[in-house]
Amino acid sequence: MPSYVDPSKCDGCKGGDKTACMYICPNDLMVLNAEEMRAYNQEPDACWECYSCVKICPQGAIAVRGYSDFVPLGGQVHPMRSSDSIMWTVKFRNGNVKRFKFPIRTTAEGAANAYEGSTGADLSNELLFNETALKTPDADKMAK
Amino acid sequence: MALPNKPIGEIPAVVDPEIVEHDVDVLIVGGGMAACGTAFEIKKWAPADMKITLVDKAAMERSGAVAQGLSAINTYIGENPIENYVKMVRNDLMGIVREDLIYDLGRHVDDSVHLFEEWGLPIWKKDDAGHTLNGAVGKAKAKTLPEGGQPVRTGKWQIMINGESYKCIVAEPAKKALGEENCLERIFIVKLLLDKNKENTIAGAVGFSTRENKVHVFKCKVMSVCCGGAVNIFRPRSTGEGKGRAWYPVWNAGSTYTMCAQVGATLTMMENRFTPARFKDGYGPVGAWFLLFKGKVQNGNGEFYAGSDASKEELKNFMPYGASAVTPTCLRNHLMINEMKEGRGPIFMATDVALNSFLDAKKAEGMDEKALKKYWKELESEAWEDFLDMSVGQAGLWAGMDIEPEKVGSEIMPTEPYMLGSHSGCCGIWCSGPDEDWVPTVDGPRSHQYKWGYNRMTTVNGLFTAGDGVGASGHKFSSGSHAEGRIIAKQMVKYVKDNEGFTPELSQTAQELADEVYAPVKLFHEFSGASTAVDVNPNYVKPSGLMMRLMKATDEYGGGVATYYMTSGKLLNICLDLLRMMREDAAKMAAGDLHELLRCWENYHRIWCVETHIRHIEFRKESRFPGFYYRSDFPTVDDENWRCFVNSSFDPKSEEWKCEKVPCINIIETEPWI
Repeated sequence: MPSYVDPSKCDGCKGGDKTACMYICPNDLMVLNAEEMRAYNQEPDACWECYSCVKICPQGAIAVRGYSDFVPLGGQVHPMRSSDSIMWTVKFRNGNVKRFKFPIRTTAEGAANAYEGSTGADLSNELLFNETALKTPDADKMAK
Repeated sequence: MALPNKPIGEIPAVVDPEIVEHDVDVLIVGGGMAACGTAFEIKKWAPADMKITLVDKAAMERSGAVAQGLSAINTYIGENPIENYVKMVRNDLMGIVREDLIYDLGRHVDDSVHLFEEWGLPIWKKDDAGHTLNGAVGKAKAKTLPEGGQPVRTGKWQIMINGESYKCIVAEPAKKALGEENCLERIFIVKLLLDKNKENTIAGAVGFSTRENKVHVFKCKVMSVCCGGAVNIFRPRSTGEGKGRAWYPVWNAGSTYTMCAQVGATLTMMENRFTPARFKDGYGPVGAWFLLFKGKVQNGNGEFYAGSDASKEELKNFMPYGASAVTPTCLRNHLMINEMKEGRGPIFMATDVALNSFLDAKKAEGMDEKALKKYWKELESEAWEDFLDMSVGQAGLWAGMDIEPEKVGSEIMPTEPYMLGSHSGCCGIWCSGPDEDWVPTVDGPRSHQYKWGYNRMTTVNGLFTAGDGVGASGHKFSSGSHAEGRIIAKQMVKYVKDNEGFTPELSQTAQELADEVYAPVKLFHEFSGASTAVDVNPNYVKPSGLMMRLMKATDEYGGGVATYYMTSGKLLNICLDLLRMMREDAAKMAAGDLHELLRCWENYHRIWCVETHIRHIEFRKESRFPGFYYRSDFPTVDDENWRCFVNSSFDPKSEEWKCEKVPCINIIETEPWI
């Protein structure tokens, strides 16, 4: 299906303004059916399997079933994402399981410096606001 | 039983949407790496009262090509001379590039990478003994890049990262810098608008919300359009659910090229395309396998054909490009396609050979069993992370196929064609280079010049682009796109200041624009009752159907996978005929809900964008990029006649296209070529 929603876990983000999966899907695939109060992937054949919905779902209600046109059944790849790392569980068709954990961020969420209030010096040259030197091609390396 | 002629989707579209008008100074269209660079940089230059708005069709945290994450940053200059970067890009793209733009990018890109590291992107480092530290350990134990910390280089230009959250990390300061209230998400800009009074000058844009029935009309003094490349423009190898598993992000609909071309921006090198060789079906990355794990490709006979005498002989047909130590991407494809056509497929990445050679080397060094086990766990983890960071679907395929890469290799294959300007491709918009002495001065119209005052301004006054948008300068990747977005931020502020007296005025009313944007909805409401099935109707087509029609035409006539990328003048002209009718029929696309309206406009952008591609291939009477496409009527690289740009311009008044040759000037030495 690519991503699919487990109806026993999805609570439609309680009908709030921002259904998490609907908010995040880069391709506008996840939608909320307000009557059922459940989300679903409205266009599975346009799913990139980017896992953005899986990673963001607060209920852990979304998973991925591999593309039906080339992935044999039975395997699954599923993440658990925290603020600084992600743990992947890879379940193989034959039942084997592997787990991998990787860092994802070395600063606290929200801590990235936007350099608010910093200003550039001279609008007439090509330096970016925090750069101090501008290179130009080495005369010896230029075409004659 | 209710008849199935009801609109699908959860947000039905109404015939008369609300109209919201915005008056801004700067409009940033797009929310990917380039747009985030612009959003971060622009407030550093703009006066406090300058009104700046960013519009993204998705959510910036996960939009654009880096939405899923990446396992490497492919452009980090570091200790290398920038001149060598220019030479590498020039050779990979078969000689026809804008060296001014590439050099300029090279001198700014590292600063963006340093910011990413500071913001929290984990970058792999080497410790003093040369051991690899992952990004979190590297942050704790090694120096930062500006302090002299050593990244883990795979090739000369690439560094490894733990990049699952790359886009979240880059979007955060971009949003913060611009102010959340100035970032409008889930609005899809579909058309740019020229000024009513001032010739060839941008004045605004129109789009719609994918969440509520609202059309948004913007007036602006300057604009950047950075909406990525084009995907699902040729029939993909997987046409069922796997159609979504495109190599490049499936939501890139060619909007950048189409919208800019329609207001008259000159395009360049639209004949260039990218058909990356990737792991079959899952389209997982091969870069780390080639570079980090020293993997090699085997043909069906078990031969490592790329280094064979026959391959070396073949590369001699493409000099000087074929002579470099790193063969140009298209020529690597060319060698692979030759194997496949000769029946020596399938082509396998020998992951087993690669991983075991690492283990054998450690064994030979006398590593004990316990240490070897730990080493293997790290190696295995690195191999899987490469997929899990940026192409989870490939990991899913391995899981479903019970593939353990140390035991068995995996098939690789060239994909369907994509259009882009930031990766190993260079189609895009013809832009001004920096206004500096080392950039060549050329007489004639802007479509021939290298600089006209504002770095990365298109040939349309006040219209800028970056990332995939800027043509003839590939190999920017994520970091370079961000840096280029920052470059144009400063230029756009300068442009507004220099043109203080300019007040944009649109030639159409907001209502006229809204009617145009919502035309597919009106069509649906008018005719949906004419059939008992909502998708089959004599009065309209659904966007999904028209998309299949587009992909079939390009695949069969435009050199898709169906013909091993082969086409000809005759086939291309048939393709252009089909595209003309498709462009006409695009006016018959119908949308019952807002998601479908999004797809209608994306497809319209796709059709236009592909037409520029086909027109350029038709105009260029040679096969400049063997392995990406071939012309049977002009099968060789013809440097004597075609070592030049092909630029094209659409005149918005006469609605006529003009293709022309434009001289390509070398700025960096050509001896030695590499």
